Amino acid sequence: MAKVLMKGNEAIGAAAIQAGCRYFFGYPITPQSELPEYMARELPKVGGVFLQAESEIAAINMVYGAAGAGARVMTSSSSPGISLKQEGISYLAGAELPCLIVNIMRGGPGLGSIQPSQTDYFQATRGGGNGDYRLVVYAPANIQEMVDLIIEGFDVADQYRNPVMILGDGMIGQMMEPVEFKTPKKRELPEKDWATTGTGGKRKPNIINSLYIAPEDLEAHNIRLQAKYQKIREKEVKVESYKIEDADVVISAYGTTSRIAKTAIAKLEKEGYKVGLIRPITLWPYPYDEFKKINPNCKGILTVEMNAGQMVDDVKIAVEGKFPVHFYGRMGGMVPTPEAIIEKVKKICGGEI
Amino acid sequence: MTIVFERTRGLTDVETHYCPGCTHGIIHRLVGEAMVELGVLEKAIGVAPVGCSVFAYNYFNCDMHEAAHGRAPAVATGIKRVHPDKFVFTYQGDGDLASIGMAEIVHAAHRGERISTIFVNNAIYGMTGGQMAPTTLVGQKATTAPGGRSEEHCGRPIRISEMLATIHGAKFVERVAVNTPANIRKAKKAIIECFKVQLEGKGFGIVEVLSTCPTNWGMTAPEAMKWLEDNMIPYYPLGNLKRPEEAE
Amino acid sequence: MEERIVIAGFGGQGIMALGQLLTFAGMTEDKNVSWLPSYGPEMRGGTANCNVIISTEAVGSPVVTESTSVIVMNRPSLDKFENTIVPGGRLFINSSLVDRESTRDDIEVYYIPANEIANQLGNSRVANMVMLGAFLEVTNVVEKSTILEKAFTAVFGENRAHLLPINKEALERGAQVVQEQKVSL
Repeated sequence: MAKVLMKGNEAIGAAAIQAGCRYFFGYPITPQSELPEYMARELPKVGGVFLQAESEIAAINMVYGAAGAGARVMTSSSSPGISLKQEGISYLAGAELPCLIVNIMRGGPGLGSIQPSQTDYFQATRGGGNGDYRLVVYAPANIQEMVDLIIEGFDVADQYRNPVMILGDGMIGQMMEPVEFKTPKKRELPEKDWATTGTGGKRKPNIINSLYIAPEDLEAHNIRLQAKYQKIREKEVKVESYKIEDADVVISAYGTTSRIAKTAIAKLEKEGYKVGLIRPITLWPYPYDEFKKINPNCKGILTVEMNAGQMVDDVKIAVEGKFPVHFYGRMGGMVPTPEAIIEKVKKICGGEI
Repeated sequence: MTIVFERTRGLTDVETHYCPGCTHGIIHRLVGEAMVELGVLEKAIGVAPVGCSVFAYNYFNCDMHEAAHGRAPAVATGIKRVHPDKFVFTYQGDGDLASIGMAEIVHAAHRGERISTIFVNNAIYGMTGGQMAPTTLVGQKATTAPGGRSEEHCGRPIRISEMLATIHGAKFVERVAVNTPANIRKAKKAIIECFKVQLEGKGFGIVEVLSTCPTNWGMTAPEAMKWLEDNMIPYYPLGNLKRPEEAE
Repeated sequence: MEERIVIAGFGGQGIMALGQLLTFAGMTEDKNVSWLPSYGPEMRGGTANCNVIISTEAVGSPVVTESTSVIVMNRPSLDKFENTIVPGGRLFINSSLVDRESTRDDIEVYYIPANEIANQLGNSRVANMVMLGAFLEVTNVVEKSTILEKAFTAVFGENRAHLLPINKEALERGAQVVQEQKVSL
């Protein structure tokens, strides 16, 4: 298929439809409203249903209903709306329902701003809702990768019976880039014999539930969930790295920020600096092992984010104290410049910080 | 030998956790019987709430979802949109539906979702131990209204059925009680009629069932039945508020 | 080759569309491209801008901080973006609406009376195409024919195809203006 020029938010919708998603429940919020608008236009054409819910809370619970009923379903929002969805996300994880949740992040806390941000890293990777649960979290850096991850993400959700989150920012939602819709590698997916479709008088009732009132039952359920998360850790890590075996400084960045880092690295290379990059594509499971390949004489790691340094915790866990971990970030919807990153890298190389 | 009464197929063979004298058991049976009589049990998908009937998913003999507190109508919406040919119902209490889930029930009605809601109103939070509900009567004691509900402090109890009846998408609204055999028969008739509204694709339907809570009201079961009749029915009058032919 | 372009002006001047035409044409000519708009309340009647990158290499940051070309359609945009241009870069000023000259002497500056020309052509809305004509004449980033034959209907839709002749004229008039100025430089 030929390349088409698409806005990020619309490309998400197109990818979801290509992946077989036929149900979308959402609520308007900037900067992701083009996605529900696209779904309202396009889903009916393929026999699907778009429904604008009365709130983000209702939207995620509609997802819970539709996912339990066996459908490929998604919702999207931006930071404050994703906060409202946390209750539903916890229930989806607890009841082990597959679905895709898109967060096009904006500045926070509170109402914050509508400009691009990566301020929901903790919320996405550490929980956000109650309980010991995990989401598979993808952080695409360009629109092509976002499309590919959405198509694969639906399969991953079905394979593990787990919610999957796409974590983008306002920039990737609003920008346009060429995209190609490739036919993805198909995974072997289990039958959804647990879904509520009516017994038809042929089987015992199926129950979608996250309540286990006896502590020993709930513990057993949690042990099963943890075993599943361990399997995801072993099988589903995605990372891109660049020249880390030989680097004097390694930058770690994800999503659109990683592109700014790449521009900085290209300029630094022209000046003779040896700078590597580790770009986590899955924020959970986190690519901890990749950091073991870094040049042992590396002078430091520079984490670059559009927040106050939320990924720094994971980078510190990954390097196990072997390298100093520095941070450069902008907040509130401000975007780091390559020039500022370059300055910081030079200071690390020069032993100034 | 003639069988005059038996356990309905609409319910599983699980012993319920409800308190002695609680009318949830009666209401469960009516819902189960209605599904069997309408021949929809095999295509039914129910949604249980958070509250006393939180374990309803163990009692109804059909596919079930357990929803987050108040969200049952949204969950039911998701299910019904995926399976428009199935029979989808929610079973919710007054804390769940009239307090935390007010937005979800109003908007499910407003969209005219083809779902049916059984709304059990016992004027109190039962599961959490007798706290005040939006439906608690003025002067009625609750653990969070130890001197009785004060109108000045908390307003008057909300009449859900009257409110929902004003919404265009709500096509069947009736309030019933299960305090006497005659009222129980009327309740079953209303439930069957409500379910038919969904099956005929006409829109949203709700049956509000006035129910007792002897445990948290601090009464015996007969006292509770009498209290319902003397106090609840005057404030929450029984009867049909809306039928499809009147809805237009 | 990497062109990092900022296009800026009032909302309603066709700023976003101008960027999309360039981006689509770049993609059609097998280059790597990105288009990044400003978004939010500032779009409602205030200033609007977009960043376009057209490159033979993979596009890194889609944010243009050091621009190779800037197209400004109003005065606030000139004030905001004039100093983002790298030495040797180019600045295209809509002189119909901008009441001052550039203060830079290390870049090429072109003055295009885009609104006057558009009005002469009978449609004030093609002022953006006049600017695009000037820009393409100087930079040759993409072919004018790609804009007219491929990008135009892709961006505006087939039902705008009848507007192609006037847009073609606008491109040509913009190109003429800078041809004259190139001579005088």
